[in-house]
Amino acid sequence: MAGNNPDQGSMIGVVDYGSGNLLSVTNALAMVGADAQLCSTPEQLAGAERIILPGVGAFGNCLDNLRCRGFDQALDELVIRQRRPILGICVGMQLMARKSLEGGEHAGLGWLDAEVVRLVPQPEQLRVPQIGWNDIEFRANCPLFAGLRQGTDVYFVHSYGMNCRDETDVGAWCDYGGRVTAAVWRDNIVGTQFHPEKSQDIGLRILENFVRWTPC
Amino acid sequence: MLKRRLIPKLQLRSMRLGNADRMVLVTTVRFDQTVQVGDPISQAKVYQAQMADELIFLDLDATLQGRPTMAGIVERAAEEIFMPLTVGGGVRSLDDFRKLLRHGADKVSINTAAVESPELIERAADAFGAQCVVVSIDFSRTNEGRYSVFTRGGKHDSGLDPVEWARTCARRGAGEILLTSIDRDGTRAGLDVETTRRVASEVSVPVIASGGCGTAAHFVEGFSEGMADAVAAGTFFSLKDQTPLQIRARIGNAGIPIRPQT
Repeated sequence: MAGNNPDQGSMIGVVDYGSGNLLSVTNALAMVGADAQLCSTPEQLAGAERIILPGVGAFGNCLDNLRCRGFDQALDELVIRQRRPILGICVGMQLMARKSLEGGEHAGLGWLDAEVVRLVPQPEQLRVPQIGWNDIEFRANCPLFAGLRQGTDVYFVHSYGMNCRDETDVGAWCDYGGRVTAAVWRDNIVGTQFHPEKSQDIGLRILENFVRWTPC
Repeated sequence: MLKRRLIPKLQLRSMRLGNADRMVLVTTVRFDQTVQVGDPISQAKVYQAQMADELIFLDLDATLQGRPTMAGIVERAAEEIFMPLTVGGGVRSLDDFRKLLRHGADKVSINTAAVESPELIERAADAFGAQCVVVSIDFSRTNEGRYSVFTRGGKHDSGLDPVEWARTCARRGAGEILLTSIDRDGTRAGLDVETTRRVASEVSVPVIASGGCGTAAHFVEGFSEGMADAVAAGTFFSLKDQTPLQIRARIGNAGIPIRPQT
């Protein structure tokens, strides 16, 4: 990864709060030519032009880890007040919701009017977690999917899904025994339930789209 | 619609080449008769080009030799391979999980350690999420004609029934079951469809069937009759006469949902 200067304009800060496989995220960003840096403190993150919020595991754990490092306040400042572009991945997307019902009720960052609830696919033979490649439909102008065709397959692994109150926050969806939110988009905020860093060429293209995106 | 998955299984053994020990890619027959087939990283890149849906890396000797797992190999793979990587062999503790996840693994498979200390399944699922805990179950028919779960690279009969054990694993928080027939391993005679089906209908988490694939039809059987969510194969893909790309159309034509070839 090139460049260690936090003042550099194009740095993409990957929030490192002890969650999951960050190496794949930074490797994938490097592959599309982005200057990605792991940021383990809010001070490091402050220099990021745009932000990636990954997340693996339980919602409550992720949120606790985010808070105890002071990232919740830092993210509010950078994302809500300064309107820097952010991409949440998997639980990183779910954290943006108002609340989650995973393992009790937890308040989220509250950026989107949404609730995170356990997948209840119909018929019941469908397994939880949803693991594997599923095709998505996306809103035509959603910046993450520029240049991709409708119905493209991306890689999911999750037991909980995000239900948006405001339908216009949904950037993409898939069918898993019912409609499941695959991506969200509102202003400078985007998120994917699936893992772009695990979705081969298509996923790299989605990351590249995020890196090039200028929210209006 | 969610697609069924094709998963090349990269089995590794440590071999002395020149003055150094290196991890080499091998195939096995009934967990024995090792054949060296190449370099794991190069082969993993080939699988990426051939649109495999995921990869599984297994260190075959780790438990027997008591050596730590292969973080270095995963790290190299994760640099250029952007699909889910499951890594297993010799994983015994939460620290082993943490180390592999930090080095680029998405899921970690446990086998011997799960049987010997089942609470590891819960602890790992709590710490890292159920989605990254794969319990690998190797089973074989014993001389008395019953099916039993074997650990330590297929050397030790645990006495557990594979279906019962799979149910226990799922209840304890496993996110996925990797089910391998030792008797079929490397034989190219077809999956143990019956046992796969019994396990798949007893657990609510995804089941990966493995051991015995020799033709595209075997994959189709695993999905349709075995009700497997994914089929993993070592020998079939390593011998390179058929690729995930080539068999994809055959599986799709049989009416199984699978990623298209583009």
